[in-house]
Amino acid sequence: MSFPWAKHYEPKHPLMQWIDSRLPLPRFVYNAIGGGYPVPRNLNYFWNFGVLAGVALVIQIVTGIVLAMHFHSSAAEAFNSVNVGIMRDVNAGWFLRFAHANGASMFFIVVYIHMFRGLYYGSYKAPREMVWLLGVVIFLLMMATAFMGYVLPWGQMSFWGAQVITGFFSAIPVVGDWIRVWLLGGYAPDDAALNRFFSLHYLLPFVIAGVIILHIWALHIPGSSNPTGVEVKGEQDTVPFHPYYTAKDGFGVGIFLIFFTALVFFYPDALGHPDNYIPANPLSTPAHIVPEWYFWPFYAILRAFTADFILPAKLWGVLAMFGSILILFFLPWLDKSPVRSANYRPVYRTLFWVLMVDVLVLGYCGGSPADPAYIIASQLASAYYFAHFLIILPIVSRLERPRPLPGSITEAVLGTTKTA
Amino acid sequence: MATEGDPSVLENPRRRDYLQFAAVAVAGVGAGVTVLPLVNSMNPSADVLAASTTEVDLSAIEPGQAIKASFRKQPLFVRHLTQAEIDQADAVPLGELRDPQSLKERTKEGKAQWLVTLGVCTHLGCVPLGAGEGEAKGDYGGYFCPCHGSHYDTAARIRKGPAPKNLEVPAYTFDTDTKITVG
Repeated sequence: MSFPWAKHYEPKHPLMQWIDSRLPLPRFVYNAIGGGYPVPRNLNYFWNFGVLAGVALVIQIVTGIVLAMHFHSSAAEAFNSVNVGIMRDVNAGWFLRFAHANGASMFFIVVYIHMFRGLYYGSYKAPREMVWLLGVVIFLLMMATAFMGYVLPWGQMSFWGAQVITGFFSAIPVVGDWIRVWLLGGYAPDDAALNRFFSLHYLLPFVIAGVIILHIWALHIPGSSNPTGVEVKGEQDTVPFHPYYTAKDGFGVGIFLIFFTALVFFYPDALGHPDNYIPANPLSTPAHIVPEWYFWPFYAILRAFTADFILPAKLWGVLAMFGSILILFFLPWLDKSPVRSANYRPVYRTLFWVLMVDVLVLGYCGGSPADPAYIIASQLASAYYFAHFLIILPIVSRLERPRPLPGSITEAVLGTTKTA
Repeated sequence: MATEGDPSVLENPRRRDYLQFAAVAVAGVGAGVTVLPLVNSMNPSADVLAASTTEVDLSAIEPGQAIKASFRKQPLFVRHLTQAEIDQADAVPLGELRDPQSLKERTKEGKAQWLVTLGVCTHLGCVPLGAGEGEAKGDYGGYFCPCHGSHYDTAARIRKGPAPKNLEVPAYTFDTDTKITVG
């Protein structure tokens, strides 16, 4: 979309004029991320993380395509093709492998911050529900992609992760076992599973890229939200995306790359699991099997269900784990408050931080062994997680008295009601 | 002439409307038949389905010991139960069990000391500990799955944790007193 004051694209160079009158691609880019897209002037650094997620996706696709040139997707060779071929023989292979593996972690770090930004500032609220819904779809695709990528090196964690995660589907009544065998192409993870995961791990990032285009398109209809949650009222509330936010995002990308390269060069295995340096052994599950860190909170919810109650515990765990993500699809309709930003919602703001702590507790429990103390903590934290979205949020959003909102974005920035 | 959305179309179907339904139906069947092989290609292929059998020699397994074998790429536990373990399994009232089965139903006639099960936890498919030397056997003296904390008893029945069923007993036969064929 464009506000009425958005600048119009006027190609000066004859070549650009020639292109623009035949395929207006330069115009499209100018209106999307150029000077033709006005953006609220008060965005803080939390608004950098969408672009950072995009950068992370590009890093994954580029390093992924290069790694695929050296990877053998067979159970007999996959481990060696990664740990010997790529790590020792391929020129800069060690760098590409660590960049891809840690790139996945960086992708999830920025996406989690991106999501919690949306939760805090009410970015999911009308008229931006579709932006949020598409974002949850991207998140689900990301998790599926990251899971299948982790299987490819065919280490112990790869193998047993594949066994456990395809096992989720066997919890479905009646057809569950059939679905699991269909997913694996056999009765246990083997060549057939590894091959198809390779194929799908290649495919899904391009599906993610497609949904991201829809995500950005949906965002550009109402335009970006901002830390006050007050909509843009006039030209004085916005600045053109280029050069103001291209420069700011560029700075953010620089900081991102410093963290990323520090991780790749100095702590490449800090976020990984040492057991994945052991070749897959179908006859022995490692004693301390845990998923990648970015799945820990969901893993804790899965493990929290230990007793049968109408449905088997196994089915409860799987339903709750998927439910904990699917519930996000309903968030725009669970939070009834007309005020977007938590800065003006004292009760919601507290609840937001409690939820943050709750998710961190879940993550900690998910990364710990299945000891009784951690199980009880996960049960309490899981209960709170669902209560937050299903009970507390709908009630609070009706009863809460928000603080007075600023009259406009400009007023919030400059502390004056004068408009230019 | 009847137009789309006109109720008279439903009341007075014309021969041409029938043609439309038929055409869409044929296209639908065609699409379905095309998708089917795409989906079905992911089902186990002929080489995976080629059923195999595994022979296990029991002679070297002392009472109280267990071995892990491989059956259709899945682990297989063969356990020589001691009398104490058999008594412990028989002493459990079936009503207490999540998946009620007696040890007798899970072993062959007159061979109650030989417990043959798949080593695949019925929760999410990890290999429980307890078959190897010095591995934790869990709270019920059988097997313990480290993935999500399921405990199995000396008859490999589920007693605690999220697993819904007992460890599966595959089809097998005794060839001689010390040799079984699984599958």
